[in-house]
Amino acid sequence: MGVLTDNLPLFLGGFRTTVLLFAVAAVASLVFGTILAMLRVSPVPILRGLGTLYVTVVRNTPLTLVFLFFIFAYPLLEIVKLSYFTGAVVALSVYTSAFVCEVVRSGINTVPVGQAEAARALGLNFGQILGSVVLPQAIRAVAPPMMSTLIALLKNSTIAAGFSVAEAGAIRQVLSEKGENQLLALIWVAVGFILLVMVLTLVQRALEKRWSRAR
Amino acid sequence: MSNVLFDTPGPRARVRHRLYGVLGVLAVAGLVAFVVWRLADSGQFTAGKWQWLQYKQVQESLGRAVLNTVKAFALGAVLAIVFGAVFAAGRLSEHRAVRVVSAFVVELFRAIPLLILMFLFYYGLPVAGIHMTPYFAVVLGLMLYNGSVLAEVFRAGIQALPKGQSEAAYALGMRKTQVMVLVLLPQALRTMLPTIISQLVVLLKDTALGFLITYEELLNYARYIGSIYSFGPVEAPVYFYRPIVPTTIVIAAIYITLCLLLTLLANRLQRRERRSRKHISAPPQPTQAEVAAA
Repeated sequence: MGVLTDNLPLFLGGFRTTVLLFAVAAVASLVFGTILAMLRVSPVPILRGLGTLYVTVVRNTPLTLVFLFFIFAYPLLEIVKLSYFTGAVVALSVYTSAFVCEVVRSGINTVPVGQAEAARALGLNFGQILGSVVLPQAIRAVAPPMMSTLIALLKNSTIAAGFSVAEAGAIRQVLSEKGENQLLALIWVAVGFILLVMVLTLVQRALEKRWSRAR
Repeated sequence: MSNVLFDTPGPRARVRHRLYGVLGVLAVAGLVAFVVWRLADSGQFTAGKWQWLQYKQVQESLGRAVLNTVKAFALGAVLAIVFGAVFAAGRLSEHRAVRVVSAFVVELFRAIPLLILMFLFYYGLPVAGIHMTPYFAVVLGLMLYNGSVLAEVFRAGIQALPKGQSEAAYALGMRKTQVMVLVLLPQALRTMLPTIISQLVVLLKDTALGFLITYEELLNYARYIGSIYSFGPVEAPVYFYRPIVPTTIVIAAIYITLCLLLTLLANRLQRRERRSRKHISAPPQPTQAEVAAA
């Protein structure tokens, strides 16, 4: 207990950064992933191909490598200077959006064919069909797998600790320099993550309940 | 695919789509060209930056690093599958105590980030007097995390089988183990195989985390080579020496190739599975298993 109470500000700060990192990356990858999914079902074959290429490459690359690129190679491009935090957000979003895309796409496939057919019969165009008919239903169907993807994102955010972002994964490093008990420190970090995952799981249950009623 | 989403394009729509396609390709090609131009401009493609690949010693070390990655992957994969099988059986057990304990273990290791698990083994356990090589810390972490994900995959696969299968087997007088080994597992394994393999891809990618606990695998080696100043022409400024971008490119190619090989295997199995549906088709439940794999 001593390790936690003596270094409470450190732990709180670390987990605050983690949550912030998670929240920003989650929003970004949800948006980007949905756009990718729209590309992958679009009527333009080339755009479908590009979407597929992105997803295939990113899904087969380790996240650590993506981080390596954005922290060390990206600065050489000299576009916009990214802080370590922003770099981590970009790396996490680039990686997670490929998974979000696949989840959304599987959701689109669960929507009954009649829905899209009816929408087409009403004369809606592709964007309208997706935006106002298919996607709202698809998102509801995929709430549980989407939440699992987000939980994976939360856990993946610890990798940022290896790239100079002071989040929960980096607490150990600071405490080891102070000569504290690392085992206890790490167990507390693990407990913190278990709590965060539990919160997300509760959100998932609530969404599932609400949306299964709405359908 | 989902071509219910749009009408079959007429002549005008086709022209429009072609325009979108050209625009999209131009945008992406522009982006790629820009990145390549910037990298070339900062001297990433000069011969000096790639010289390291020609040293015999570097090639050998690179080979060893790949071997280390594969070694961690192989042992981790085998152990994770065993761990998953044991705890899936535990969660399906008739005894409540076994079920509760297995569920607790599985949920616990699924909730802790893999990196924290590895930190725990490598930095945490020495405090308690247990010293561990980075290799075992990596393998242990991979086993516990991916094993508990696989346990859920196995459980979902077995539970997705029609109930009649186990009922019929019991009616024939089979015992619990026989029902599981002879009837349920062979059927479940066929449907689960693609998911298991995509989880193994995740496991392979996760070996790269060993980099953060000083396990000498591929990424670690890339970082090492990338930080050496002495590679490159002597007359160039110091900034040009470190071949971090070339090493990242080479390592990325190796990782993507390794993972793609596994993914291709998964796709192939899936196609074969779809072609030869001799068994009773279970209601498709890909989402839960696929999600676990993510």
